[in-house]
Amino acid sequence: MSQTQTPAAVGSGTPAPAREVAPVAGRPAAAPVVEMQGISIAFGGVPALDDVALRLYPGEVHALMGENGAGKSTLIKALTGVYAVDAGTIVVDGREESFTSPAASQAAGISTVYQEVNLCTNLTVAENMLLGREPRRFGGIHTRAMNRRARATLDRLGLDIDPASVLGRHPIAVQQLVAIARAVDVEARVLILDEPTSSLDADEVARLFTVMRTLRDQGTAIVFVSHFLDQVFEISDRLTVLRNGRLVGERMVAETSQLELVKLMLGRELATLEELDREVAETDLVDRTATPVLQVLGLGRKGSLQATDLSVYEGEVVGVAGLLGSGRTELARLLFGADTADTGEIEVHGTSRRFRSPRHAIDRRLAFSSENRRAEGVIEDLSVADNMLLAMQASRGWLRPIPAAQRQALVSKYVEALDIRPANPDATMRNLSGGNQQKVLLARWLLTEPELLVLDEPTRGIDVGAKAQIQQLVADLARRGMAVVFISAELEEVLRLSDRLVVMRERRKIDERLNDDVSVSDVLELIAGQERPTDQERPTPQEAPRG
Amino acid sequence: MSAATTTPSGTTGPTTWERLRGWSPPSQYLPVIATAVVFVSLFGAGGVRYEGFATPEVALNLLVDNAFLIVLAVGMTFVILTGGIDLSVGSVVALSTMIAARTLEAGWAPGLAVAAVLLTGTVLGLLMGLVIHYFDIQPFIATLAGMFLARGLCYLIGVESIPIRDETFFSVAAASVPLPGGYSTTPTALVALGTVVVAAWVLHRTRFGRTVYAIGGSQSSALLMGLRVASTKVGVYAISGFCASLAGLLFSLYMLSGYSLHAVGMELDAIAAVVIGGTLLTGGRGLVVGSLLGVLVLGTIQTFISFDGTLSSWWTKITIGVLLLLFVVVQRLITRRQP
Ligand SMILES: Nc1ncnc2c1ncn2[C@@H]1O[C@H](COP(=O)(O)OP(=O)(O)OP(=O)(O)O)[C@@H](O)[C@H]1O
Ligand SMILES: [Mg+2]
Repeated sequence: MSQTQTPAAVGSGTPAPAREVAPVAGRPAAAPVVEMQGISIAFGGVPALDDVALRLYPGEVHALMGENGAGKSTLIKALTGVYAVDAGTIVVDGREESFTSPAASQAAGISTVYQEVNLCTNLTVAENMLLGREPRRFGGIHTRAMNRRARATLDRLGLDIDPASVLGRHPIAVQQLVAIARAVDVEARVLILDEPTSSLDADEVARLFTVMRTLRDQGTAIVFVSHFLDQVFEISDRLTVLRNGRLVGERMVAETSQLELVKLMLGRELATLEELDREVAETDLVDRTATPVLQVLGLGRKGSLQATDLSVYEGEVVGVAGLLGSGRTELARLLFGADTADTGEIEVHGTSRRFRSPRHAIDRRLAFSSENRRAEGVIEDLSVADNMLLAMQASRGWLRPIPAAQRQALVSKYVEALDIRPANPDATMRNLSGGNQQKVLLARWLLTEPELLVLDEPTRGIDVGAKAQIQQLVADLARRGMAVVFISAELEEVLRLSDRLVVMRERRKIDERLNDDVSVSDVLELIAGQERPTDQERPTPQEAPRG
Repeated sequence: MSAATTTPSGTTGPTTWERLRGWSPPSQYLPVIATAVVFVSLFGAGGVRYEGFATPEVALNLLVDNAFLIVLAVGMTFVILTGGIDLSVGSVVALSTMIAARTLEAGWAPGLAVAAVLLTGTVLGLLMGLVIHYFDIQPFIATLAGMFLARGLCYLIGVESIPIRDETFFSVAAASVPLPGGYSTTPTALVALGTVVVAAWVLHRTRFGRTVYAIGGSQSSALLMGLRVASTKVGVYAISGFCASLAGLLFSLYMLSGYSLHAVGMELDAIAAVVIGGTLLTGGRGLVVGSLLGVLVLGTIQTFISFDGTLSSWWTKITIGVLLLLFVVVQRLITRRQP
C-alpha cells in the first residue's frame, strides 16, 4: 500500500495517530475497498470537514467516532454522493469515483442507513425494504414474492411484524430496524450504519450485531456510528475519530481504552458523570407526603396501555424502564394528552383535569419532549431560536410576542447550557447535526419552565459529553423543584438519574420502587424475569406497539 | 425478553368468524370506499326520485359523457400523488382539439393528426416536468405558465371554432360497441376505462408507480433510498400531458370541433374529481379507481339536475363545492387518527 499517509493530526496536544495500522488484526492484509483522502466540505463558507481521510477494509467493522457536529454524517454523505466534496478523492475498489447521487453509490455496492430514518411512512414495510429492487413477474411487481423476501430479512433481524403493514403505524424503533433491514437485504460490499442503535433496546442491538458479524465475516466492510461506547467496543475492529470536522486519528479498537477514546473525541477528560452518580445517590429529599404534582389513577387506552397508576412529586425524577413496546412511550403520550385516554383520571396538584390535547397539558404547565424528533418535534425550516421558543410562545398565546431582548437572553442561555453547535441562534434547524437538533428540542421544553417535564428518549443520538451535561441539567432542575418523568432505553441512564423507578412490561406497570441501590441487572430481571404472558394479555397483532 | 419487543403474530389463530367480525378495510382504502358509498347512494337516490334514473343506460351514459374527464383525472392522479398539481390540462385539451381540427382540415391522415396531438401534449407535459424538477419551480407556477401558453397557442392556430368533418373521426364518434344484454357503449368510454386499468397497473405493479407514491410520501427519503426521483417526477407531468391530449382527442370526438374556448376550467373539474376520489393533495395516498369514482360522482350530480328539469344548473357547482369540502374534511379526520 503506497497511500497510507493520513493527514497530520490536528488539535492541540493530541498525539499523532498511529499510522501503520494493519487492516484487521488476524486477517490477511487486503486492499481497502474505500479510501477517502483529503476530503473537505464547507457549507456556505463554514467548513464542516477539513482534510479528512477514511479507509475501509473488507471484513471489518469500522467505528466512526466524534462529538455531535464533528462531521460523521457529513463524511458519510460525502461518500454516498449526497454532498459533493470541495476537495479530496474517493477511491472505491481501486477506482476513483465521484458519486453524484445516492443511487449511484448504491449501484457501486454501498448500502447506507442514514441517521434520520429515511423511509416513506405511507408505503408498506416490504415496499420500504425493497423499493427499487422489487422482485417482478410478468413485467410487474410480484407482491407476494416481495413480502416473502421482506419477511425473510426481517426474521434475520428478529423482527416479527407484518411486511404488508403500513410503515407509519410502527414506532420509530421498528422503523429504524426496517431501514436497517433495507440496507442488509442487498449484498453490499460496504454497509454504512449511521447511529442505527439510537432507539433500540439491548435485545435488538444484540440481533443487529449478530447480523453485522455475519456480514463482516462474509467480507463486507461496515461503518458503524454510535454514541454508545460499550457498543462500539463490542462490535468494532478499528475506529476513526473526528473532532470539529478534522481527523484526529485512526486506531485499532483492541489497543484503545474507553478513556483514551473519549479524550480523543472531546479533546479533554470527562469527569461529570461520576460526580453526578454520587450526588443523586446521596440526595433523596423528595417529600412524598405532599400533594403530588401529577397523579393518575387507572390511566389507560385500548391497545396501548392497561390501567396504570402513577404519582410524581415535586422535585422528583421518576425513571421509566421497559423494553420497546412495553408501553413506556404510550404512558408518556397519555400523561401529556398527545393521545387521549379511554379510562382513568388525571389530577394536577390535587385538582382533577382532563387533557384532550397537548394544549391543555401545556396550560397546566406540563411539558413533553417526544421520542420522534423528526415527525413531532423539529421544524426543519425554522431557525434554532424559533424552534426553541415555539412552546413558550404557544403557552403565552400568539398575541403576546416575547420581547426581543428576552428572546435573545433565553436562547443564548440554553445554547450555552446545552453546548449547541454551531452556537448561532439564526442557523437553520435542517443544517444542524442530529445530536444538536435533539438538544434544541430539549431546550424548547426547558424554556417553558414546566412543573412537570416528561422526557421520552431525551438523549437519543447525543454524544457522551453532552449526555453528561443534559443529565446534570435534569438533576439540577429536579433539585430546584421540577418533577420529571424520564424515559430511556438506556437503563444505566435511567438508574443514574431517577429517585424512583417504574418498570413497564406488556403495556402495564409491573413494578415501582425507590431507586436505592437498584442495579441494571435487577431491572433487567424485572423486565424479563416473569413467565411468559398468556395470549389474552398480549396486544392483538393489529394494534402495533409504540416504543 | 423478545416477546415484548415485537408484535406477536401467528399465535393460535382466530376463527374465521372472529376474523370477519373484526375485519376493517385497510385505512388507505377508506376514502375510496367512502366515495363509492357516496356514488351508490346518489345514484340510488336518483332512482327513488326519478323514473328511469337507476338504469344501466344512464350508468353507461355517465361513462360516455365523461370519458374525457376520466382520462384527464387519471393523469392528474399521477401528478397529485407526487404532491404536485397540473393546472395546464384544461388548456391542453383545448389545444388538442384545435390541433386535431386544423390538421384534419389541412388534409392530414387521421392517424397522423392523432399522433401530432398526443406528441404535443406529452412534450408540453415533459417540458413542465423538467422546469419543475431541475429549476425547482413550484408546480403551481410552472403549470400555470403552461396553462397560459397552451391557451395562447390555441388562438395562434385560430380564433374561430373549426368543425371536424373527417370521415374516420365521424365514424368513430358515431360508433357504438355492443355489450351483452342488448346494451351498448362507445369506443371513447372504453378508451377511458382502458386508461384507468393501465394507470392502476402502472401505479401498483411497476417501480415507476411505486416511486410515484414514495415521492409523495417523502421526496428526500426517496432520494436517499436511491430511487429515480428525477425521471419519475418529470415522468408524471409527461403522463399528465399525454392524458390531457388523449382527453382532448376524446373531447373533439364528443364535440366534433376544435375551439380555443373549449374546456375552460376543466382542470379544476379534474382536480375536484381526484380529491373527491380520496387522493390527498399532499401526495402519497390515493388510488386511480378513486378518481374514476370521483368523476362518476360529478357526472351523477349533473344527471340529477338534468333529470329534475326545475333545478338550475348552478346546483351542480354548489353540490360539487359542498361535496369537495366534505371530502377534504373527512380525509383530514381519517388521516389525523393515524399515527
Ligand atoms: N446541509 C448543511 N448545511 C449547513 N451546515 C451543515 C449541513 N450539514 C451539516 N452541517 C454542519 O456540519 C457539521 C457536521 O455535522 P454532522 O451532521 O456531520 O455531525 P455528526 O458528527 O454526524 O453529529 P451527530 O453525532 O450529532 O449526528 C455541523 O456543524 C453541522 O451544523
Ligand atoms: Mg450524525
